[in-house]
Amino acid sequence: MPRSLPRHPVARPLIGTRIRERRLSLGRRQTEVARRAEISAAYLNLIEHNRRPVGEELLSRLAQALEIDATELASDREEALVGALREAAARAADQPGAPVELDQIAEFAARFPGWASALAGAARRADALERRLVALSDRMTRDPYLLATLHEVQSAVTALRSTASILAETPEIEPEWRDRFHANLDSDSQRLSRTAQSLVAYLDSFEDEAVPMSPQEEVEAWIAAGQPEPSEAAELASDAARAMAQDLLAAQARDRAALPDAALAAAVDGAGEAADDPALIAARLGRPLDLVLRRLGMLRPGPWAQAGLVVCDGSGATLFRLAAPGFELPRPGEGCALWPLFEALAQPQLPVARLIETANGNRFAAWAVAERLLPMGFDGPALSRAQMLIHPAAGRDARPVLGVGPACRICPRPACTARHEPSILGPV
Amino acid sequence: MTTGVDVLLIEDEPSIAEAVRFILSREGWQCEQWPEGSDALQRIRALAPRLVILDVMLPGRSGAEVLADLRADPDLQALPVLLLSARGMANLPQGADRTLAKPFANADLRAMVRELLDAG
Repeated sequence: MPRSLPRHPVARPLIGTRIRERRLSLGRRQTEVARRAEISAAYLNLIEHNRRPVGEELLSRLAQALEIDATELASDREEALVGALREAAARAADQPGAPVELDQIAEFAARFPGWASALAGAARRADALERRLVALSDRMTRDPYLLATLHEVQSAVTALRSTASILAETPEIEPEWRDRFHANLDSDSQRLSRTAQSLVAYLDSFEDEAVPMSPQEEVEAWIAAGQPEPSEAAELASDAARAMAQDLLAAQARDRAALPDAALAAAVDGAGEAADDPALIAARLGRPLDLVLRRLGMLRPGPWAQAGLVVCDGSGATLFRLAAPGFELPRPGEGCALWPLFEALAQPQLPVARLIETANGNRFAAWAVAERLLPMGFDGPALSRAQMLIHPAAGRDARPVLGVGPACRICPRPACTARHEPSILGPV
Repeated sequence: MTTGVDVLLIEDEPSIAEAVRFILSREGWQCEQWPEGSDALQRIRALAPRLVILDVMLPGRSGAEVLADLRADPDLQALPVLLLSARGMANLPQGADRTLAKPFANADLRAMVRELLDAG
């Protein structure tokens, strides 16, 4: 029979400590929780260090921000400890070894409070680290910049290792070969050094973030997951991302109302040979081309199943991106100045159609158009928005080819007049 | 038809290609190189090598696509292929006889090439 839990020597449990522990167990930053609870991060910091009292209403908001019941947050320390131990036991359930004595958790916490706290703390830290690891892993397997950089490191190291071994293993090597390998060592070591610097700088950019994704990246993960309800989507961790997702849904709903799925699908079905020309589809429907481009990219009816879509505002910032197979999109905020999207942005209302080729030889038909918006009337500034629809090119497409890249940093094209920064993939 | 080519190396990194060609030529093997996935099959047909060393990450067509094409070709499907992978040994394309992860030891490369040429 478990003994009753002794009261903690401190009359009132340290609620700030529990708030902090809960926040850390979720892997969230103070700024994020404070924003949700509608207080400043500095005030939350004082609360977490038990230097400010927490009233009932604020406790309720903090509990909501921390996704925990307010009574649980305010409960006795021993109860919270027992709860944490139960969570730790649940995590260990599928591990080999003797099962955890669940019926003795309360007794364990009472008899060995120090050990129990240490175990609960370790389990929370493991949980937070696991979340961080999953977030980082997600990012590393998706991020084309990281993949390209790591590939570059791997290639340089391979060349260095093989070349150095040749020089070490072959004392009687011919002078011309020796000179060539020395030159290779020099260029590959410089390339490795440059790539390593880029990689470190990049990794530093999200070193201290508990959730290492920008709101734009969260929204893209949400789009990739099929746009589930924003309030319940695990991909949308920040308020900013949820707000962006809601805005996007509203914009898509407006587009869908202006050009319903059935009408677009019927127009594509009935277009015959013209089904691969967005301008002809727009003409058949009597709808603006920009709307048709967005709707084809979103609905992907019939022959448009492999379409991709990029929408940007007048500053070039991407508002929406949906990759087409084989057309690598860079990190949010980056792009290639040669994309027809930006050509259209520079000449609003004039549609652009190009045959483009990525650095690895994949060809795409691209259509882009920009429009001017007057959300504040004629007295306000005119805003621009451009959209680019891309689709794997038909084999018979004989137009001149425009070579494009993903973004300068990971673009291997050595001579490009649009380049604005050196590539990590080639000589500077 | 035989051209006397033992190994066709399909690899786009010039320094790696130069090192591999030197290593293999020192063993007495005739080695040629092709720097991209595009037209790789035509190159293989023209040179009729006894072994193909194929990088996974190539411009034009990927090593996985080249390997799939090769295994689907009745004349080439039995040709031994040694795959060079820069992304470890996970999620590799199926169909290679052996795989070597970059960076590799020169001795391992020599041993694998010898094993595949002797078996052919």
